[in-house]
Amino acid sequence: MEISDKEFFAPGHRACAGCGATIGVRLALKVLGENTVAISATGCLEVISTPYPETAWEIPWMHVAFENAAAVASGVEAALKSQGKTDTTVVVFGGDGGTADIGLQALSGAMERGHNLIYICYDNEAYMNTGIQRSGATPYGASTTTSPHGKESFGEDKPKKNMPMIMAAHGVPYVATASISYPEDFMKKVKKAAEVEGPAYIHLQQPCTTGWGYNPAKTIELGRLAVETGSWILYEIEEGEFKVTYRPIQRRAVNEYLNAQKRFKHLTDLEKERIQSHVDAICIELKI
Amino acid sequence: MVSVGAAVKEPGSTRKNKTGSWRTFKPILDKEKCIECENCIMFCPEGCINNDYDIDYDYCKGCGICEEECPVKAIKMERE
Repeated sequence: MEISDKEFFAPGHRACAGCGATIGVRLALKVLGENTVAISATGCLEVISTPYPETAWEIPWMHVAFENAAAVASGVEAALKSQGKTDTTVVVFGGDGGTADIGLQALSGAMERGHNLIYICYDNEAYMNTGIQRSGATPYGASTTTSPHGKESFGEDKPKKNMPMIMAAHGVPYVATASISYPEDFMKKVKKAAEVEGPAYIHLQQPCTTGWGYNPAKTIELGRLAVETGSWILYEIEEGEFKVTYRPIQRRAVNEYLNAQKRFKHLTDLEKERIQSHVDAICIELKI
Repeated sequence: MVSVGAAVKEPGSTRKNKTGSWRTFKPILDKEKCIECENCIMFCPEGCINNDYDIDYDYCKGCGICEEECPVKAIKMERE
């Protein structure tokens, strides 16, 4: 695959050491190249990349508000089209809060209208920027500051919102899930998303050292554990056709993934078994 | 044109901010051992390892992902 040697996301940004979001952005921009306009929703990425008057972006970038990244991108795409600049790629980077909760309406509209853009949701499974509050994408069992564990509360008691399937239900030409720990798989999907005519959605799982509670050196290892245990499944839906793009050779126990993180530390063996059987049911259905 | 909001006209200007000062542990790469697999280049959150495998200590925050992901243990984290 042709990827750029050039970096389009400059160092000096204010992300935590070991940040997964910046790895995802770097890899995506290496595939998309120079002729790209990026839009961000409010979130970690927006805050760490543009501490005014500085910017880490080497390509045109725009941020308006939390809820309207997809609407802004729709406008940018329409403007470029009217100028005849159809070879410019429009990409959105929204966090899980800006995608699954606050930006869902604008995103649904953009997908349904069929704008030619790529929406990448970098999913760290809570509102990490404002202090680890739960989002619709927080998985079952995770302790966050608004779903804490303790006598009165168990931690997050709702399952993770299935964003990629909500996007697939819009009938868009390309939907995929990805992980920063599988860069070839992710970059291939970004390339496909760029080539496809019409909207494309990629849901990128991205471990967060601060919110998940682990040593920053383990960011890639955690993403790998999520996939190898079947907790996060890599697939794509191309023109309505579902395909698993990576199958672990030997699926590992979900415990390995849960025990590596502080946010799941309070779970009892019974609760962990419940999570394991939930993962098993999905993996058996998908033959993983 | 009247501009509402703020615009930054200098791309990549966060380079002014040397995040190397955040570091407690420094990655040292042994180029003799390196097999040029590109893992460290791909997985660096700062993008501060170039294609010649030189680490830019002006920006390296010392997260240690490169040491963790090096398949031949060519990178060692050393206390500054």
